[in-house]
Amino acid sequence: MSISNIPIPYYLALSAVLFTIGMVGVLTRRNVIVVFMCIELMLNSVNLTLVAFSAFHGNTTGQILVFFVMAVAAAEASVGLAIIITLFRNSRTVNIDEFNIMKW
Amino acid sequence: MSFEIILFVLISLAAVTSAALMILQRNPVKSVLLLIVNFFCLAILYLLLSAQFIAIIQIIVYAGAIMVLFLFVIMLLNLGDEKLLAEENIYKKRIAYILGTALLIEIFAGFGLPFMMSDIMVNPRAADIGTIQTIGRSLFREYLLPFEITSILLLAAMVGVIILAKKKFQ
Repeated sequence: MSISNIPIPYYLALSAVLFTIGMVGVLTRRNVIVVFMCIELMLNSVNLTLVAFSAFHGNTTGQILVFFVMAVAAAEASVGLAIIITLFRNSRTVNIDEFNIMKW
Repeated sequence: MSFEIILFVLISLAAVTSAALMILQRNPVKSVLLLIVNFFCLAILYLLLSAQFIAIIQIIVYAGAIMVLFLFVIMLLNLGDEKLLAEENIYKKRIAYILGTALLIEIFAGFGLPFMMSDIMVNPRAADIGTIQTIGRSLFREYLLPFEITSILLLAAMVGVIILAKKKFQ
């Protein structure tokens, strides 16, 4: 496969923009599932950075790390969604502002 | 302007637009579909970086498995319009946008203008490191222990999900 001629900083800039969008989404949205999806978006933007640096250095370390990030994200998504279902059963809402059962 | 640069610009515009629409969308199902579009854009970018294995895994695991899980949960909870949730907190939203802009400026200042303008290219050796063969060899030699620990993590997640979803906690 041939090498593309796109500079690495372009990928980093795109990744920064996607990360910021994800962070704004986490801060503005009230639906807890959408907040969760914004976290996935932030994880993906970091993955893009890792793959870009892996291509820059020419070794596999970054891509292996992306592989592990994906495994952790899968585990995190399943456990998080199970917690959301349990919370919904308990309080019949997904509004993140109303979840204060951890507050003391 | 080569073909690849044009493709990159189009794909990144699609990625940013779908991400922005995702956080502005009120309907959670539409948000999930826009996030899947975003994941496909990222998969194409991985292909441009000649990371074929990661691109395929992105589509199969993220767009295929994780987002379907999100869709299932949204349908299970039968969520309606987010307008039905609590009243808008306009100050919170404004502070969030200010913080987001500050973060973006901070990241770009951290990179520095000379770095952003430089044309650091992909390493020529990167052409064949993204294949399943190379990744697999690296995964089962140097990174064998983390790989095995990942299976324990997935097992723990599985057990945790079953216990959480089964019991009715009051």
